[in-house]
Amino acid sequence: MKEKIEALRGEIESAMEQTQTGRALYELKVRFQTELKGIMSGMKDLPKEERPAFGKIVNEFKQAMEEKFEARAVVVRQMEMEKKYASERIDITMPGKKYKAGALHPITLVKNELIDIFAGMGFKVFEGPEIETDYYNFTALNTPKDHPARDMQDTFYLADNLLLRTQTSAGQIRVMENEKPPIKILSPGRVFRSDDDATHSPMFHQMEGLVVDKGITLCDLQGMLAEFARKMFTASTKVRLRPSYFPFTEPSVEVDLSCSECGGKGCRLCKGTGWIEVLGAGMVNRRVLENCGVDPDEYTGFAFGMGIERIAMLKYGVNNIKTLFENDTRFLEQFEE
Amino acid sequence: MKAPFSWLKDYVDIDMTAQELAEKLFSCGFEVEELVYLGEKINRVVVGEVKSLTPHPDSDHMQICKVDCGEEYGRELQIVTGAPNVYVGMKTPCALDNSTVAESNPAMLEKNPDGIKKIKKGKLRGVESFGMLCSGEELGINDDFYPGAEVNGLLDLAKDAPVGEDIKKIVGLDDWIFDISVTANRPDCQCILGIAREVAAVIKKPLKEPDYSYTAHKTNAASVDVEVLAPDLCPRYVGHYVENVKEGVSPAWIRKRLVLSGIRSISPIVDITNFVLLEMGQPMHAFDADDIGDRKIVVRRAANGEKIVTLDEKEFTLTSENLVICDGKKPVALAGIMGGLNSEIKPTTKNVFFEAAKFARDNVRKTSRALGQSSDSSSRFEKGVDAYTNELGMARALHLIEELGCGTVTDMRRDVCAADLAPRTMTASIAKLNALLGIKVPDEEIGNILARLNFNPQINGDELKVVIPGYRDDIDGYPDLAEEVIRMYGYDHITPTFLEKASVTGGGLTDEQKRELHLKTALCKQGFSEAYNYSFYSPKDLELMKIPQDGAERNAVKILNPISEELSIMRTFLAPSMLQNAVRNIRRGNDEGRQFETANVYVPRNTAASEQPEERKHLVLGVWGGDNDFFDMKGAIERIAEIFHLDFKYERAEKSYLHPGVSANVLCDKTVVGAFGELDPSIAASLGLDKKVYLGELDLSSLADKLDDGVRYKNLPKFPAVKRDLALIADESLTCEQVEEVLMHSCKYVTAAKLFDVYRGGQVPEGKKSMAFTLTFTPDAQTEKAFTPETLDNFVKKILGNLKFKLGVELR
Repeated sequence: MKEKIEALRGEIESAMEQTQTGRALYELKVRFQTELKGIMSGMKDLPKEERPAFGKIVNEFKQAMEEKFEARAVVVRQMEMEKKYASERIDITMPGKKYKAGALHPITLVKNELIDIFAGMGFKVFEGPEIETDYYNFTALNTPKDHPARDMQDTFYLADNLLLRTQTSAGQIRVMENEKPPIKILSPGRVFRSDDDATHSPMFHQMEGLVVDKGITLCDLQGMLAEFARKMFTASTKVRLRPSYFPFTEPSVEVDLSCSECGGKGCRLCKGTGWIEVLGAGMVNRRVLENCGVDPDEYTGFAFGMGIERIAMLKYGVNNIKTLFENDTRFLEQFEE
Repeated sequence: MKAPFSWLKDYVDIDMTAQELAEKLFSCGFEVEELVYLGEKINRVVVGEVKSLTPHPDSDHMQICKVDCGEEYGRELQIVTGAPNVYVGMKTPCALDNSTVAESNPAMLEKNPDGIKKIKKGKLRGVESFGMLCSGEELGINDDFYPGAEVNGLLDLAKDAPVGEDIKKIVGLDDWIFDISVTANRPDCQCILGIAREVAAVIKKPLKEPDYSYTAHKTNAASVDVEVLAPDLCPRYVGHYVENVKEGVSPAWIRKRLVLSGIRSISPIVDITNFVLLEMGQPMHAFDADDIGDRKIVVRRAANGEKIVTLDEKEFTLTSENLVICDGKKPVALAGIMGGLNSEIKPTTKNVFFEAAKFARDNVRKTSRALGQSSDSSSRFEKGVDAYTNELGMARALHLIEELGCGTVTDMRRDVCAADLAPRTMTASIAKLNALLGIKVPDEEIGNILARLNFNPQINGDELKVVIPGYRDDIDGYPDLAEEVIRMYGYDHITPTFLEKASVTGGGLTDEQKRELHLKTALCKQGFSEAYNYSFYSPKDLELMKIPQDGAERNAVKILNPISEELSIMRTFLAPSMLQNAVRNIRRGNDEGRQFETANVYVPRNTAASEQPEERKHLVLGVWGGDNDFFDMKGAIERIAEIFHLDFKYERAEKSYLHPGVSANVLCDKTVVGAFGELDPSIAASLGLDKKVYLGELDLSSLADKLDDGVRYKNLPKFPAVKRDLALIADESLTCEQVEEVLMHSCKYVTAAKLFDVYRGGQVPEGKKSMAFTLTFTPDAQTEKAFTPETLDNFVKKILGNLKFKLGVELR
């Protein structure tokens, strides 16, 4: 009997060393158990007194073998994992999978940024009609019919009295007619001029700002624009005012910002001047206030208007305004935030 | 406005460089757009005196000159010239070795657009030449610039020209032209004198006024009477009679100033009118007095159909909108624009009637535009000429007549004036002026600045009294004075403050504006990028979209003066623009894309054309290429419904531009609010598109009061939701929606029924289809324990019963 056990031990142990998989080890274990059962069934042929000793031997053998199986299982599991690791090895340089969201248009991005900046200073957003009457677009803004300033803007007319607004300033009047000071509004939107060449688009966007209250000064305008420049561009951006003319403001100023490209040293972007013309502004003309029923002796105010495309082009380095309206996906997708 | 530096120096002692002056002008509101140096092309060219001439041994026309160019450049420079007019003792421009002159050969100019010719020493037929003697043309000048500059040959300089001197100084090329941008409120600065006034004020030097003096001689000529019948269009008309007019040539100083302004000299009388326009900003006209019928000038509106032939021999038919200057019988000038051929100055002209008038700027502009006829005068009148300058301009012209000796100024002066010529005064509060600026400008500064600008200020405590100069029609109120002060005082004195006195206001977007932004970001999350298109398109777009003749989209607002037919009507829907975007992208090789745009469409009202149309906000979606299909578009619209808590329904659409089988209307509260679907394949074919394009458009305005993007939170159920898949056999004609409807409403715990597969053929009988749904059963707050398989079986049983009963649908 003992020989049988030893033969089985030898056979199983050498087979065990050959096992590579959990499955083979399991099958070997089943075989072992079957053989062992066969051995144990021969126990009944033994003399009674030998049985306990033999039982002990068998038990010890069984236990030892089970430990061996256990140990081999650990090894086999490890081998199996190694195989799995090797077989599942990937080329980690292959491209990642991503879900691409769409992008807001740079005009919207700049508009949102401007609204954020000025909303924090107490400006409400007002959007007036894009088709305006002559009165709101010109006359009420101190630009009567014979005014040479009308030549500054090539207007699209729809009827004698009806036009595509040439400036978001038209919104000023609508607000002032309906609200009493203090007024702080921001009026973004589409504007139209019949100008279509390399640097002009017949449709573009403006952002108009208006403050009317008691004791508003030109210094306040400068302060607010400095804050805008700092937030829109960089903390070191400087603001320069210089005299200009708009019928609806007096004094009127052209506002230059120190060039964001060269920091004011002079480069191609700023044509060597160190400054970039960004917007027009001024103190609201008394006649405009009067036209809206606001007493110009009690209230003063300032207004500013900027081209959103211009800001976007400066901010993102877009070199052609027409690109903004071509809606090429390769262009648009670059603005995903 | 172009102003030569040398001319400005006639009126102000300018003690700074042209660049420094440009900075000064910029600071006070006159941006110098361009500053051009006249002698840019000419370098190392000096005055030389020809000392001796020897014939060239190898040439029958060239001569070898010894030229004295002064101590610095050489007393005996050998230069070979072929010019026939060279002589010993001649003073002529000498281009030294390594110099540059103006290219005068037209053939070379084509190759050399900067127009600069380099001169180097070299050999001419074996004889060394250390430079070149120059003609006027090689300096880029003509007779008006320097007398004799146009002769064929060398420029024969005046004998007093010092040898060795830079030629630019001698011929007037050492000069700068300021191209100044003048704002619309300052028509008085559209002339040299106007700019000079500003220069004097900004550099704090006195202004030397031009000479306006003349002597009026008694005349025996018959009176020429002036009558102004349209004083609204001609507030002032000043006329003056000049006799014994002589032909001749204008003096060099006038010709030089004219040529610097790009005007050629013609005759003294014509030169004077041009000169006064440039110098004073007063357009002048000179009539041949003997051509004035009935010795009478009448300023009136033209009769309808009346005709005039202008100086340039063009005939115009006039209307009562046009102002004309007439004699007793006929128009002799188109007021402010151009004189008539019938009364022009001729070489034989003996007597001249000068006109210096103010014509209404709007009328001149309208007439000029309507007739397509313009001139330097008309562009000047369009900007605005003041009545004060009429008189000054006339005086200046008469002075020049005397100075040039080209006629006798008579005492026949006519002045018909409806304008108020009394000096305007204004009183302002210095405190208010400073309050507008936000700084305190010292009284003394205010006084000095306004004095330099000719406002004759008087300050008495807070009271500032000024007399507004006659040429400053733009001054209207104290803010104008504040502007005058600050632009001269300097904007760098303005220090930033932050609304110290203003009230606090609440800012930000309205709810509607916020929702639009939310909509945009929601679409971005689904891969749509935002587009911006023009608000106008072409009538051809409507044809392309096959819009029927009575289609609502055809009722568009038209632009009266469009840039082109392509951009001539206002959009009534956005889909055509989106289609163009898709087409452009596909043609550029951008095979796949998703875009959206929100913008207004314009709907004319049924009332008068002068009423503002209705502006409705629309959303358009475009999807093309890739594996995108109808349901990608539908998914985007369903997401909008989810985010804004809308209940959208879909029905088949009939849109001229959409595929009839692959398009749907979107309904909200039983109203159609939009449509989407595949672009009609016939349109796709006509555009040669090899990709499918899907378009969708929603009228956001009609949804405005239904949009609710607030978050609606529900507490999580205590027990997990359970899913069951059901494969059903349904009639081919049944829609997903019909089945879904029953699935959703047969058991209250069903919170979602999502179709995931449709199968036909195999064991599915003919005329039937298999539809596989995943049902989600979600326990509600009242549910006390998790759903067991048995509970679910009961739910499903009930659902299947309903399906069978209502739709004849069975479990597969």
